[in-house]
Amino acid sequence: MRGIITIFKRELVGYFSTPVAYVFLVIFLLVAGGFTWKLGGYYDANQADLAPFFSWHPWVYLALIPALSMRLWAEERRSGTVELLMTLPISAAQAVIGKFLAAWAFTGVALALTATHWWTVNYLGDPDNGVIAASYIGSLLMAGAFIAVGSALSAITKNQVIAFVLTFVVSLLFVLAGFPAVTDFFQGFAPAWLVDAIRNMSFLERFGAITRGVIEARDAVFFLSVIALFLFFTTTTIELKKAD
Amino acid sequence: MIEIRNLTKRFGTLTAVDDLSFRVSPGEVLGFLGPNGAGKSTTMKMVTGFLPPTSGTATVCGHDILAAPADAKAAIGYLPEGAPLYPDMTPRQMLRFVGEARGMGGARLAERMETVTELVELGHVMNQRIETLSKGFKRRVGLALAILHDPEVLVLDEPTDGLDPNQKHQVRDLIRSMAAGKVIVLSTHILEEVEAVCTRAIIVSEGQLRFDGTPRELRERSRFAGAVEVTVPKEHADAASASLGAMDAAAGIELIEATGEEARITVFPGEHAKGALLVAVQEAAAASSWSLSSISVDRGRMDDVFRTVTTASAGA
Repeated sequence: MRGIITIFKRELVGYFSTPVAYVFLVIFLLVAGGFTWKLGGYYDANQADLAPFFSWHPWVYLALIPALSMRLWAEERRSGTVELLMTLPISAAQAVIGKFLAAWAFTGVALALTATHWWTVNYLGDPDNGVIAASYIGSLLMAGAFIAVGSALSAITKNQVIAFVLTFVVSLLFVLAGFPAVTDFFQGFAPAWLVDAIRNMSFLERFGAITRGVIEARDAVFFLSVIALFLFFTTTTIELKKAD
Repeated sequence: MIEIRNLTKRFGTLTAVDDLSFRVSPGEVLGFLGPNGAGKSTTMKMVTGFLPPTSGTATVCGHDILAAPADAKAAIGYLPEGAPLYPDMTPRQMLRFVGEARGMGGARLAERMETVTELVELGHVMNQRIETLSKGFKRRVGLALAILHDPEVLVLDEPTDGLDPNQKHQVRDLIRSMAAGKVIVLSTHILEEVEAVCTRAIIVSEGQLRFDGTPRELRERSRFAGAVEVTVPKEHADAASASLGAMDAAAGIELIEATGEEARITVFPGEHAKGALLVAVQEAAAASSWSLSSISVDRGRMDDVFRTVTTASAGA
């Protein structure tokens, strides 16, 4: 536990000691806000809820989280600091979890800063705050899944650009898994259970279910399982490849 | 105490460390020598728990690096090759981070931070980002991190690499001052460093142990050990080499035409004549027509032994 906390603190302070944090926060807020109020048709819908706001989150994360997660391990391996880190009495799993939690907490800060939208809809109308709270929790869970994927893919390379591209592509697959274009493609040859399984892997479907207002255990468990699985991949990769 | 037992590391078909075994006791400062690619860094990476061995193991203060890695790592202070650091942190943040990761805190961490900062003289750069520091300061930060928890075992991979002569001197003083009661292993390319700080030297080549002894023993293995070197005016070179070569005490001579006015002649001692050679050369000079410009006894050359030990196998 001590190891996780130490790594978590270092990483989180690290985000704010470089321009990365501020660039990320500003772009996140601009994009999330711009999409909602302009492209999301918030005013046209004439409805006091945040559904248009949350509907953009998977896409915003898809674009921004690979940029955040790419340096998690690739940078450590390129600069050799992974040797410093892994010869401290901290296990690889503790380091992986600490780094993940810091990135997740950072995304949580970005998300918390969008609370102005929440305040706005409450000022303008009478939204269902339960739905909004559920959506925020769902969004945070989904962000965690994106970061965990990014963490695993950052661990397999020393090159941040490669980490970015791989994370983007794999995340895109997770987002798109529920799209008709994808399921139709698999329907052509795959058995029904596999098509169902692929659809069930979709971040979009899972997140959509949560933003409709109910956090069902299986949706939360899905995101938490994705996080656990990819953090396990990260740990294994780091243990095997740290010295390459 | 470090005990390395049959440590082997293979990368694909390349055997970087080949069945290496040795032990280092408290109070010893071990100089770990070898050409580039001999397996020095790989061995250190295995002992510090960074790299898993292909076979064999090592114990550090009784903790097996495979069975109890956390305990072994806790006992070690390690300076990796090139002293990697987080560029966006300051030395103060870096020390605090490593201290906390090692479970130090409160008064003890504050006190140790102050002590090591003074030891490596980091004072005025403590709050400067590491990326803005010079190579010498970065190396010192790395050293400070390694000694922060006052470890029983210090493993330093090329601690003076890239430092200027004054900084090298400082680091060597520091290592010597910490040696009592600790196990120190350092790798280096600089043979004079071994003589300056180490109580014991090990040479590895192609992952295998080639020499294990004191720096003095290493030097005395040299064919130059006990040889007498004289310089004579150039015009006397032939006469001098003739009479020196004819001496009973000499096994052979080597004439080096030095630039300028003088020629240098190295006289190698015969089988039983090591002690008597100097006197014999002086007597030979007094009894003949040529004159002596300078005379000295060679204590043996480490680089000579190093070359012999590390190339013999490659040629065979």
